[in-house]
Amino acid sequence: MSEDMKVYKCRKIVKGSASGEALVSTDAMCFYLTDPETGTVIERNHAIHGKSIANKILVLKSGKGSSVVQVDGFYQLWVKNNLPAAIILIDTEPVIVSSAVMVGCTMVDRMDPDPYKAIEDGDYVEVDADRGEIRVRKKK
Amino acid sequence: MFLTDEEKRILDGAEGAGKQKAMEMLYALGVTFDAEKLIPIKRAHVALSGQEGDTYWCELLVDGGATCAVPPTTNPYWDTDYLTKFYDVTKEELDLANRTGEAYRKIGAILTYHCAPGVCSNVPFLGEHIAFSESSATPYVNGALGARSNRESSISALAAAVVGKTPYYGYHIDENRHGDILIEVDAELNECYDWGILGHCIGEMAGSLDPVLVFKNKVRPSQEDFLYFGAEAATSGAVAMYHMVGITPEAPTLEAAFGGKKIPAPAALITNKTLKDQETKLTAATGDINLVMLGCPHYTYSQILEIERLFAGRKVSHNTAFWILAESGAVELAERSRLRQKLELLGVRMVGNTCIDEPCWKSFEGSLGVTDSPKCAYYRERRGQPFAIRRLSECVEAAIKGRLD
Repeated sequence: MSEDMKVYKCRKIVKGSASGEALVSTDAMCFYLTDPETGTVIERNHAIHGKSIANKILVLKSGKGSSVVQVDGFYQLWVKNNLPAAIILIDTEPVIVSSAVMVGCTMVDRMDPDPYKAIEDGDYVEVDADRGEIRVRKKK
Repeated sequence: MFLTDEEKRILDGAEGAGKQKAMEMLYALGVTFDAEKLIPIKRAHVALSGQEGDTYWCELLVDGGATCAVPPTTNPYWDTDYLTKFYDVTKEELDLANRTGEAYRKIGAILTYHCAPGVCSNVPFLGEHIAFSESSATPYVNGALGARSNRESSISALAAAVVGKTPYYGYHIDENRHGDILIEVDAELNECYDWGILGHCIGEMAGSLDPVLVFKNKVRPSQEDFLYFGAEAATSGAVAMYHMVGITPEAPTLEAAFGGKKIPAPAALITNKTLKDQETKLTAATGDINLVMLGCPHYTYSQILEIERLFAGRKVSHNTAFWILAESGAVELAERSRLRQKLELLGVRMVGNTCIDEPCWKSFEGSLGVTDSPKCAYYRERRGQPFAIRRLSECVEAAIKGRLD
């Protein structure tokens, strides 16, 4: 591991490990309001409107919206290989958890400290759900 | 989480791959939310959608040999027999609809095709433990009726129906049902549309917290008022439980609403101006329209009657379609009482068993629609139709003119 990597604790929700560029959403998300072909968020007035979540390490406030479109949002991104590589969740709620369980999207929560303080857009992040670890290298 | 020997056998696959998948879902949720055990349920409602994600899950369970221990009622997809008389869909879209119906039939669901089960098609009692998905339904059964459901997804509700159990956490437990934030309301709430706008404000403020509302004026919400309020609070936020002091069953007093906890200072005061500002933020669009779409959540018979009153014999403009999506029992009543035939002569059509968010409506995409539901507008946006949001009387006037000023 490189010296400039910081290691944080978290809790596994859905198993797996992944790495990639961080994208931070301070808003809760309904995955149905993304374009499945690109992973771009299309919800107006959303904190990450116009950005793609595809293969990112998504730091996410929470899930929101109807109890079924979230499922389809995850499913459509899954079949197009445009899901986030992993999701670091702040406020854990059942609909987003069950959606991630169905498609096997790596998911963790209870990161210590607050992920909004530790992670910014463009940082390189590794999530190891099984070990309960998040490693962050700040962007230059 | 504690599992009985029987539950462990299911998780290990002894009762088939379908039931195992369902148990894996319940187990994952239980562990995530620190549930101590599973508890039995006697009712479930699945927000079936006719979308691939949800149908995939139902087929996965059915193909693994699962059937429902507790047959759930279901949301609609769309009435394929009736609506294909009016609108073209692709073979793929029709196939997906038929696959959905078939999968849910096989798993043993009760095909009510109604998104507001708490209003009439699956009504739980105060204190009853249930697993209801559908954002219109969960706040209604928790808040207005006092039943106990977590904010289930369609897939976790189906898993609960298959196993007949749900993890014991969240809103199943007394202390989690108490209020978190206090909001005062000093505003005129004349019809369900106003309650919807109020719900939209509350959802933004509360997120996933449990709001407690105190009304300065005496109010007595109707079924439709509760329904619109909860649907919007669960669209702009993730509200699944609320209290209205002196109105909802678990909030006879302010103290009861907070369960004896310290009552916080009011987080906000909602006035007519707050509602007006929220409405302005939501309803900017004007211009020629090609569709008025009502029934998200599904219209009741009283709402259909109200439409007849507002039209007062006038007709829908030739370049506009007017669709009411209603609970199928309401459509049958309208048929039996000739209300449906009267409205059809004015250009007003109705259909049961159908959701706004379905491919049968795609011929309207690209032009402006009007609805009385912010939830409808929110979900139609993804399919490429912008919607203006107006109260019902303005929707009717726009339909008659064929434009919205």
